Amino acid sequence: MTTTSQVNPNVSDATARAAAQAAAKNQPVTFGKALNTALADALTAEKSVVIFGEDVGTLGGVFRITDGLTARFGNERCFDTPLAESGIVGMAVGMAMNGMRPVIEMQFDAFAYPAFEQINSHVAKMRNRTQGRLPLPMVIRIPYAGGVGGVEHHCDSSEAYYSHTPGLKVFTPSTVADAYLMLREAIDSEDPVIFFEPKKLYWSKEQVDLEALAAEYEARKAAKTEGVARIARAGKDATLITYGPSVSVAMEAAKLAAEEGISLEVVDIRTIVPFDDETVSASVRKTGRAIVVAEAQGFASVASEIVARVQERCFHSLAAPVLRVTGFDIPFPAPTLEKYNLPSAERILDTLDQLQWEA
Amino acid sequence: MSTDATADRISEVSQKFGISPEDYMLPARHMINLLDPDGTLRPQDQQGTEPGHEYPLPSPARLMEAYSALVTGRRVNDQNSALVRQGRMAVYPSSHGQEACQVAAALCLEDGDWLFPTYRDTVAVLTKGVAPMEVMTSFRGEWHCGYDPKAYNCAPMATPLTTQLLHAVGVAHAAKLRGENTVVVAMCGDGATSEGDFHEALNFAAVFNLPVIFFVQNNKYAISVPFSQQSAAPSLAHKAVGYGMAGERVDGNDLMALMSVMTRAVRLAREGNGPLLIEAHTYRMQAHTNADDDKRYREDAEVIEWKAKDPVTRMQAYLDDAGLLTEEAAAKITEAAEAVAKDLRDGMNQDANTDPRELFEHVFSTKTPQLAEQQALLVDELDREEA
Repeated sequence: MTTTSQVNPNVSDATARAAAQAAAKNQPVTFGKALNTALADALTAEKSVVIFGEDVGTLGGVFRITDGLTARFGNERCFDTPLAESGIVGMAVGMAMNGMRPVIEMQFDAFAYPAFEQINSHVAKMRNRTQGRLPLPMVIRIPYAGGVGGVEHHCDSSEAYYSHTPGLKVFTPSTVADAYLMLREAIDSEDPVIFFEPKKLYWSKEQVDLEALAAEYEARKAAKTEGVARIARAGKDATLITYGPSVSVAMEAAKLAAEEGISLEVVDIRTIVPFDDETVSASVRKTGRAIVVAEAQGFASVASEIVARVQERCFHSLAAPVLRVTGFDIPFPAPTLEKYNLPSAERILDTLDQLQWEA
Repeated sequence: MSTDATADRISEVSQKFGISPEDYMLPARHMINLLDPDGTLRPQDQQGTEPGHEYPLPSPARLMEAYSALVTGRRVNDQNSALVRQGRMAVYPSSHGQEACQVAAALCLEDGDWLFPTYRDTVAVLTKGVAPMEVMTSFRGEWHCGYDPKAYNCAPMATPLTTQLLHAVGVAHAAKLRGENTVVVAMCGDGATSEGDFHEALNFAAVFNLPVIFFVQNNKYAISVPFSQQSAAPSLAHKAVGYGMAGERVDGNDLMALMSVMTRAVRLAREGNGPLLIEAHTYRMQAHTNADDDKRYREDAEVIEWKAKDPVTRMQAYLDDAGLLTEEAAAKITEAAEAVAKDLRDGMNQDANTDPRELFEHVFSTKTPQLAEQQALLVDELDREEA
């Protein structure tokens, strides 16, 4: 794209700046940049927001999600901690008890496990065991799932552990706009939020005007995402219910199915907790068939829970059993083998064939 | 925040005391102990104090205030054990024998300072000012902690071991970021020092130079496991230097020494010298809780030996000899303790007023649709039961 100033060197500076901004607005934005902007905007909007974790300061995080925040907001607002996840979460609990809104980063999914006791016994329970007197508004950001060729302990889909714990909200965005809006909502929430960022999406780009989105959010005009599933693609023959890293895979499957004349609806649930039964059920009642697509291993998983909820609510509308396409019940495979484990569009289409279609 | 800054402030404070940074961080060569078990004031050269580790005697008024809390603490421990036997309380982990530590942990703090207690620190919570029935709420089998932590600057008593030390660090960190002068006392036992969170909390507090006093009551047992099997370290207080903070050992049954050591620690922390680790040597005189049988793992002789070191009789003897504990003063102190005990008896003898419908109220800030559904189910069951 060529800006006005390049076309005509005589235009005024102001016009050139406006033109450059307009051009910037039309540039595709990455998922990572949307998260980074949400953090910066939250730091600006609310002085009790503090960001900390491993390598989030000078380096800007191993995925650069906190890039530039320490330089812009100072070391008291965004800082590095010693390398200890339980320590990071435990300190965040105390800070939230004392008036702050910590937004902390666990460097990778599997590295959050040392903090599990703090999350399960305190983050999730403090409000409850104090009868609401000590709410803990805090966000625990966790880059998760595979698809990036990560080595062992770097690709877990650990959302079920947290979704199973009463008192935690569990968010996972799948679009650039949602990355921004859902992180802002998470930070403003009065409840602790486990914020799962599909790491394979960090570099994905979409045409999104973040400034406009920010203005809309701050004017309280943005549509709520918490507990509100998103119809990512409308369809009528079957519903793919999915979230996070699997949304793009489901969308690809829907595109391929359309070529074969099958119309798939894709529902991105966005927040596992709270769960939007209403949107999911409405879609399945409409289509009469459903497949849950999730990257995590399937046994005792979020996908299992969704299947159970759908059959409890939509049994009489179902033309076929609700099936799942999930990761296998194995430790996450090495980079060279991960493609065999990850749900693929082909596997979704094969599963679609099993939904007892009439000849 | 850098390690250089940490080294600088250690160097600065040690210079103030005229000792080396190492001598400032290392505990004094001997445990700080001002009173003998019989209540006699030890000769100054046998108190364990040394240059840079000076511990002046607290004022008589301060000692009387502390002694009164001590007597109440003992009365509360024994009253609660009785209430458990009568079936009016579900469980009680008594701090009988450790009351001097309990009292000092709370009294060293000023208004606005925070206390982070464990389940055995009920007497410290009481001394911090929380109403007796509120302190004991969870032990009568209710689902919540009973008091408003923000009203008293006192965290809910922690059950998962050592996790609360990190919360203490966070409270201190938030206060420091806002430029507030808050000191935090974080309590744990010797068993808890084996947990990973102990290490992480001390390390974080030192790295961020936070005013937290880690107060370890080494009562020699973690339920049944003796200290010798908990740690091979001859002293827990010496772990401080490994984190870049100062440590001290104190006789945990000597209220006078505790008051002096804790008051100094709070002052040093408040002046910006970072965290401190205080190890108090004491003894859990009774079983872990009423559900435990301590005869399975320790000899009577050991318990009897510690009975002679009792913190209450020791302090009483000193105050008697010093002419501070007049008949009138003693009567007032007993009366205050009895009033608290009566409060507990009266409160515990009333049935808890719990409503199962409330179980869904404080899981989230607003109920999720799923919780609302589940609550409706329970309400319906209860309504049919009552009909």
